Amino acid sequence: MIALLLILIPLIFGFSSFAIKSDGAAKVWAVTASVAGLVLAIVAACAKTDASLLTVNYTWLPVLGSRFALSMDGMSKMLVLLTALSMCLIFLSTFKNNYKNARSFYALMMLTQAGMTGVFLAADLLLFYFFWELALIPAYFLCSMWGGERRIAVTFKFFVYTFLGSLLMLVGVLYLNYLSPAHSFALKDIYDLKLSAPQQSFAFILFFIAFAIKMPLFPFHTWQPDTYEVSDTAITMMLSGVMVKMGLFAVIRWLVPVFPDAVNQFGHIIVVLSVISLLYASFIALQQDDLKRLIAYSSIAHIGLMSAAIFVRNEVGLQGVMVQMFNHGITVIGLWMVADAVERTTGTRKFSELGGLAQRSPSLTALLVVLAFANISLPLTNSFIGEFLMFNGLFHYNIWVTAIALISIILAAAYTLRMVQKVFYGTASVASQNAAAVSKPMIATLAVVCILVIVLGVYPKPLIELTQQVTGALAAKTIF
Amino acid sequence: MNAIIVSALLGVIMMFSGIFTGNNKTIRTIAVFGMVLLLAANLLDINGYPFFKIETYGMLLFSKYGLLFNSVIIFCTLLLLLLSGQAIEKVGCYVAEYHALIFFILAGISILCSYNNLLMLFLGVEIMSIPLYILTGSEKKNLRGNEASLKYFLMGSFSTGIMLMGIALLYGASGSFDLLKVNETIFGGGISFLSITGIMFLMISMAFKVSAAPFHFWTPDVYDGAPTVFTSFMATIVKAGGFIAFVFLFVGKQTSAIYGVDWKLVFSLLIFATLLVGNITAVYQLSVKRMLSYSSIAQAGFMLFALFGMNDTGKEGLLLYTAAYSLATIGAFAVLIKVKDISYEGFNGLGRTQPVLAATNTVFMLSLSGIPLTAGFLAKYYMLLSAVQTGSYMWLVIAAVVFAAVSVYYYFKVIQAMYFKPGNAETEPVSAGFKWLLIIVSALIILLGIFPQILIGWMYF
Repeated sequence: MIALLLILIPLIFGFSSFAIKSDGAAKVWAVTASVAGLVLAIVAACAKTDASLLTVNYTWLPVLGSRFALSMDGMSKMLVLLTALSMCLIFLSTFKNNYKNARSFYALMMLTQAGMTGVFLAADLLLFYFFWELALIPAYFLCSMWGGERRIAVTFKFFVYTFLGSLLMLVGVLYLNYLSPAHSFALKDIYDLKLSAPQQSFAFILFFIAFAIKMPLFPFHTWQPDTYEVSDTAITMMLSGVMVKMGLFAVIRWLVPVFPDAVNQFGHIIVVLSVISLLYASFIALQQDDLKRLIAYSSIAHIGLMSAAIFVRNEVGLQGVMVQMFNHGITVIGLWMVADAVERTTGTRKFSELGGLAQRSPSLTALLVVLAFANISLPLTNSFIGEFLMFNGLFHYNIWVTAIALISIILAAAYTLRMVQKVFYGTASVASQNAAAVSKPMIATLAVVCILVIVLGVYPKPLIELTQQVTGALAAKTIF
Repeated sequence: MNAIIVSALLGVIMMFSGIFTGNNKTIRTIAVFGMVLLLAANLLDINGYPFFKIETYGMLLFSKYGLLFNSVIIFCTLLLLLLSGQAIEKVGCYVAEYHALIFFILAGISILCSYNNLLMLFLGVEIMSIPLYILTGSEKKNLRGNEASLKYFLMGSFSTGIMLMGIALLYGASGSFDLLKVNETIFGGGISFLSITGIMFLMISMAFKVSAAPFHFWTPDVYDGAPTVFTSFMATIVKAGGFIAFVFLFVGKQTSAIYGVDWKLVFSLLIFATLLVGNITAVYQLSVKRMLSYSSIAQAGFMLFALFGMNDTGKEGLLLYTAAYSLATIGAFAVLIKVKDISYEGFNGLGRTQPVLAATNTVFMLSLSGIPLTAGFLAKYYMLLSAVQTGSYMWLVIAAVVFAAVSVYYYFKVIQAMYFKPGNAETEPVSAGFKWLLIIVSALIILLGIFPQILIGWMYF
């Protein structure tokens, strides 16, 4: 029941938001919905895994053999919690921002939330596909309506990329359904499929392209920096904080356990691609002059590491990915908040026009430094534990790959600290001198994010406990 | 049988109504009531209440599937009359005759939904086509309309000739016009040169009717030259009529193995060519009307999967596809008729000037491009499933989805124009009733996209 409510609340609040007359009311409406969602997600995360209130199973498409089935394991709980928490943080941090046509903005944000939550909960392959697409459509409208100048063309590229990926996945879905003796889409039946190696390879490629585009992984990443740059920052927070996790989640839930032989066969190639992704994005991040593009590339780098850690196929690495999915979401949303605050107060995102902002807003600077440390994965920040586990996993796989991947930590330090230095220190530029004060809700939410970063860095146990069982089960199922 | 006789009678009534009343509004009301009557008569037929008991000696065979298909077609025509009835008035001064021709076309389609004999196929196709040549050129003063009509007529005559030739050859090979007997003879006695050629000729003429590439060249010109409301009619209802005839020819009512040969290769090439031509050319169109014409070719490529698969999934899928595609296209054309400038720029800013039109048009475009939660998605899903179930030709399925991604480009251009581009789209005055109808049509599309069983379930009760 809770599982259903987690989707229904943003859905109903979202649709009703279209009908709200005043923009201020729509804002309050959205915050209410996100707080309600967060409370529910916390309740769900605390509930026992086998509790019946976490599963839903209705007849839906009897002619096709698909059911409306939702279930929640540790990974779903964590990601749903991340989704709800992110939406809350996004709405609160941008509370002072005024969007034109705000009711549609908040409505579409909540509809995207419903789609993403559905993806994390679906226990039926066709239902998963439905939600996968449904998260995309409102996001397309969001990115096209609010954002920078080139947004229409850029968003369309993003849409066509992901849509093509989804359609290829659809062929894979059909193929699995054809091979399944019961013509069922249920998660359990899909896991029980006995596929030959060529069948696995064929379906694996179809699914993997869809997920790789979403993550995004080199060479499917070209939509991402542009989209992140031109979209409004609130939307970018949602895309990079939560939506890219859909790709990683889907790999862990629908790819690795279903096609173990194919993962065995293609795993090495994907690890190499992921490491290329990691280094390539890090190097490009070093040369960016735009704050948002830098964070975008840094995000690709982090995702690359997570993808590599999934495909090295050992329990340590996978546990690291689980923890890091949550932590990366928190950290990156914090970074986007800073980017939003900088852009709104100074009117620019270019490093060449910024500098010396620390004198104007010391509190923002202090908070950014915490987030920057988290982005470099220093100990005592939340990212440390995840990265440590993932590198540990890589090390068990191949020492040379690990050595090359470790370069990325140095690069991360270089570009992150360069960002801090360019924006906040040095001589104050014209833009910085005229900067307006950062809004109070923004500082408050950023403070919450920083507290989370430190608390989860010192005490990551709850996250590990939440996902331990899933990791163990997955490790037992596939040949790690 | 109900639909054939009632539609023919209604056609005659419509012709005479023009004599007794000159009032266009009355004529339209009669036509709408006639259509409701026709739908009711056909639905009664499905539920086992035929009005007429006529021995057809196996020339017509009424299956539940065929009747259901016919109901979908009649329902879509009803929607077309309701949505774009006023546009028919504006075409010219022979309003009663236009409606009469529409009913005659439906009589032809009703025969095609139930034929079991090659002669009946010929009769049905001709009854469907001849009124259409007239409707295409109904704007008498419009030079392009006349050109389109003449072109359509000439090309259509050729295709008829080829069809007759095919029928004759098949008769020569099997000694019968009866579909089952033809099939048995060919299937039992091996394949001869005569029969193969005959079937190929039939295939070519049917491919012409459903505008499958490479027999599609008439389509864009005819669709562009005809009055928009009749383009809408041709692109949906008449095309569906062509498809049902095509499907019954190859998939059959009772048998599934057809004509002894594996026709998959031929159909796969036909599908690939149709998808390629339709999608790629649609991308380059500047007017929404021409884009919709090419998109109708592209959509035909997907509908051909029913023939490729030759299984029950394909037949179910074709039913759903016809409903989804016709609803969305009729809706999109209804909006197009109201917009003054039919180029993409004409839609700029429609989201602000006419929110209801823009929102419903978005649903139509999403459905045409096959986005989940709309009927268009499940329709495509069924078609692809039917192809995957054959267990071969996976390249074709992958090519189809790639082309589906291409189609997003031109459908979403309309959405982009309506919502994201600045502008003041001008429309003709729009009544509240029209808006409500559009909302109902889009609600139907979404309903079918979530619960397709409300339509497909009918086949099994």
